Amino acid sequence: MIALGRAFLAATIFFLYLPIVVMVALAFNASPLYTLPFQLTFHWFVVLANNGPLLSATYNSLLIAVATSILATAVGTLASLALNRRSFRGQSLLKVLLLPPIAIPWLITGTAMLVFFFWTGIGRGLHAMLIGHVALAIPYVVLIIGTGMQTLRADLEEAAMSMGSTPVHAFFAVTLPLLAPSIIAALLFAFAVSLDQFVVSYFLATPGVSTLPVEIYTSIRKGFTPEINAISAIFLAVSAILVLIFAQLSNLGGNRDRH
Amino acid sequence: MSLASEVKTKGRRRPSASWATAALLTPAYGWLTLAVFLPLCAMLFFSFLKRSPIPGRPLLFTIDNYLAFIKRPYLFDVAWRSIEIGLWTTGLCVLVGLPAALALARATSGRSKHILFLLIILPFWTNGLVRVFSWTMVLREGGVLDFALHLFMPSAPTFSLLYSFPAIIIGLVHAYLPYMVLTCYLSASAIEDSYIEAARSLGARTPTVFWKILLPLCLPGLISGSILIFVPVIGSFMEPRILGGRIGVTMGTVIEDQFTAAFNWPLGAALSFTMLAVVLLIFAASSRVLAGRGTIQ
Repeated sequence: MIALGRAFLAATIFFLYLPIVVMVALAFNASPLYTLPFQLTFHWFVVLANNGPLLSATYNSLLIAVATSILATAVGTLASLALNRRSFRGQSLLKVLLLPPIAIPWLITGTAMLVFFFWTGIGRGLHAMLIGHVALAIPYVVLIIGTGMQTLRADLEEAAMSMGSTPVHAFFAVTLPLLAPSIIAALLFAFAVSLDQFVVSYFLATPGVSTLPVEIYTSIRKGFTPEINAISAIFLAVSAILVLIFAQLSNLGGNRDRH
Repeated sequence: MSLASEVKTKGRRRPSASWATAALLTPAYGWLTLAVFLPLCAMLFFSFLKRSPIPGRPLLFTIDNYLAFIKRPYLFDVAWRSIEIGLWTTGLCVLVGLPAALALARATSGRSKHILFLLIILPFWTNGLVRVFSWTMVLREGGVLDFALHLFMPSAPTFSLLYSFPAIIIGLVHAYLPYMVLTCYLSASAIEDSYIEAARSLGARTPTVFWKILLPLCLPGLISGSILIFVPVIGSFMEPRILGGRIGVTMGTVIEDQFTAAFNWPLGAALSFTMLAVVLLIFAASSRVLAGRGTIQ
């Protein structure tokens, strides 16, 4: 049974990685029509370095991801403090309100943003994408910081305050340093949410201003060359590195072995 | 009364403390209101309009958009196709994800378990679009599958799965399988070895152990995994478009068309809300099932 289980696991991992490996390998294949057999080249990475629209979309993606990461973590940490350290009426309702941005299909959220931003004159473009990405990242930040706070003892802050520290001082001197790993995890997670976001960006992009996923989608539908494989391979590598750092920080899937 | 609760009770009464609470919450919830809640309200409003609002023209209200399914019977076929795609994808994710999760929880240990776990959830954090694009490399005519087939059968005709129903399902299963492995793994790793040892010592064989112990105890993971998969899959539009081509007409692509090509925003909004209603029904039903199971155990 054990051997069968391991074989099945290996087959599952093969299925998950087969297309990704093929796609990355073809970024190094000479034929523009993806013809096999394989001939090694770095030509497509050179072509990529000269592709203006793709590079500016990459720049936009990184810019929005950095801004989203900082804004969502700042705003989400504050909300998380109130939700986890204070008690007030409507607290559980506010917690439930964090779910719609996660649970409603992005197609619906994205089109709703398009309609509303158009109607109110906010319009489309980078600023609109940023508003959308931050909103999608906030609930995750609140959850990550909240989980970090539950493992933190509230009486440490109370001890500081009972010794004459103001709440603000107690936060900066006691809570914040202890929360640092959660905050870094939240920053990374929000960055990844924004970098991977396609649907919302797609509806809020304008023809000149788009993000990397939107540009890749447009290219796939127009017809493409291994240049797209090259940028996708780089994109995959960046995401993978981010997740591995995140996993290290939050001990994701860590020692669940209780035996 | 403990010190902590005393502080909290006092905090609730002091006006300055409630101001502080409001100040902490306002940025996040203000942002969510601007970017999610108000847009959803605006979309609900739009769904009752006769046509997209043009400045200077009066707004005309109608419920026709919600009657679209009656007036345009092809939408029934599209909706059914979306549900079919959702069921196939969810079903295959159960068939692959549950055994994989059980194998991960019970047939591996220590460091290799940790690495395998990361390997399974890693693709899930990489861009979905890039992964769908990867499948076109495998499935297309002259792609890797075709190439591999011709290595063994040189005389076979060229073979392409791209732009077919199975292609859409393969891409979606690939996209959502990690959810199922993750939720089932959380259930499966909580199962005590002693339950299985007890069953075995009473003479239970492997199928009995599976049906009587492993499956029931993994059910919460299976249900939450299925919801996490079914809901986004019926709203998917990028996977059916790229892997399905002309075959890939789903509710997702029809809604997308209303906003990007047909510019019939009121109809798109009404279709979105119909889908949202279905999603909420699924969540409501499943939370009752999950809550019910929680009390049994």
